[in-house]
Amino acid sequence: MKLYFKYIGMIFRCRMQYKSSFFMTTLGQFLVSFTTFIGMYFMFDRFGAVDGFTMEEVMICFAVVLTAFSLAECFVRGFDVFPRLIRSGELDRILVRPRSVAFQVLSSNMEFSRVGRLLQAVVMLVYAIPRCGVDWTPDKILTLVLMMLGGVMLFSALFVLYAGISFFTIEGLEFMNIFTDGSREFGKYPLSVYGEGVLKFMTYVIPFALVQYYPFLYLVGRSDRVWYMLLPLAAGLFLIPCAIFFWVGLRKYQSTGS
Amino acid sequence: MRKYLSFFRIRFLSGLQYRAAAWAGVSTQFAWGGMSILMYRAFYRVNAEAFPMEFADLTTYIWLQQALLAMFMAWYFDNDIFDSISSGAIAYELCRPCDLYTMWFTKNVAVRLSRVVLRCFPILLVAVFLPRPYGVSLPESVAAGLLFPLSLILGFLVLVAFSMLIYISAFYTISSTGVRILATSAVEFLTGGVIPLPFFPGWLQPIMNALPFASMQNTPFLIYTGHVNGQEAMRAILLQAVWLVVLVGVGKIWIRHATRRVVLQGG
Repeated sequence: MKLYFKYIGMIFRCRMQYKSSFFMTTLGQFLVSFTTFIGMYFMFDRFGAVDGFTMEEVMICFAVVLTAFSLAECFVRGFDVFPRLIRSGELDRILVRPRSVAFQVLSSNMEFSRVGRLLQAVVMLVYAIPRCGVDWTPDKILTLVLMMLGGVMLFSALFVLYAGISFFTIEGLEFMNIFTDGSREFGKYPLSVYGEGVLKFMTYVIPFALVQYYPFLYLVGRSDRVWYMLLPLAAGLFLIPCAIFFWVGLRKYQSTGS
Repeated sequence: MRKYLSFFRIRFLSGLQYRAAAWAGVSTQFAWGGMSILMYRAFYRVNAEAFPMEFADLTTYIWLQQALLAMFMAWYFDNDIFDSISSGAIAYELCRPCDLYTMWFTKNVAVRLSRVVLRCFPILLVAVFLPRPYGVSLPESVAAGLLFPLSLILGFLVLVAFSMLIYISAFYTISSTGVRILATSAVEFLTGGVIPLPFFPGWLQPIMNALPFASMQNTPFLIYTGHVNGQEAMRAILLQAVWLVVLVGVGKIWIRHATRRVVLQGG
């Protein structure tokens, strides 16, 4: 653990060497999610509500997804760029070191510029929390925290899965973006907006709805089922099959020798 | 002219080699288009009156956007160009007996076209057979069908001309990542990549339409769906041509200025 913090410090200092580039990238990250937000704002300006949700409610949903994605991308970035480690032969070096592979991949890369996206999420939360009409009792606050936590675990799981697939194919990887970037992009609206089919898929195949949709229903008072607030933890279990998949891939791994 | 044609051919043919990546791209874009349509459908159900265009026109717009993504994606850049500027390899390029601007322009056009050729047909083919109003429909009228290709080409060239400015800006910065991401997100938004321009509030529309960004993907797609027609379409195409000339002009002057003061670190 101490070593991990040392790595964080190292990468942070390294990024700080290019300060202006770092801040521009952070600002860019902010702007990307900010334009998405403006787009959403224009839509609500025109239509008022969607699927019975108000803009302030949807903003909470968007902020949760954005927070979870940015945190996962910041700290689990190593798995996101894992194909690079394979191609460059860096993985071989990792394998011979006396620390676990997961630990080394995690500490090999961190993307602090994702703070920009996080900032957008914070701005939306600050705006929407007092205005969304939710009575913020302790259980609602806990629900919000659990949603974010479960979201981080789910996105981390997807990144690990992505890294696992890269043991088998490099070229076809782009389709995984449907689930990672797609979940971030389309997760801004509660999943029921996209209809029954998508909701079912996102419940049973990729448990994204357990993080984003069901606890959200409880949060905004559309549902009385208190157990919905615990569902994000169940979604975190998705990490297990993904980790196993990664491990199977690692066992099969043969270096390219480069 | 011949040398630029061969640059074009080299890039185009090498772009065609990435077929597995193209299939993955097709499936991603297909999912993306589908999800966008479902999202707009939810808004359509809330208030069909407030919808600025026919729903079937919107789905056509989205499928065209997905199918021709490689032509209009603002975030695609040829990293070789940035690398050559930061590594100093640009020195060799400057020694060549060809115009740097035209060479880069041709390469960009070629790479983007090769991607579109691989990706657009599968997407359009499936989208054509989707039931109305979810699929892609034919051009609104014969005139729209005739004007669309012209506007499409102009829009494509306007986008490439704009991205040239970002390449040139790399002469002035040590690391171009920041500029790139800022410019890309602004262009994506202003060009109608986040939501189509007709969905913007009414008071913003005249400003948006006058900017060069509306002359990229927005104009051809709106002409195709008949949202912009007749005189208005002619005017939009003329505006595209004006922006193309302006952007290419600015780019050419700027690159001359930039290459004159380029300082190469030896070694």
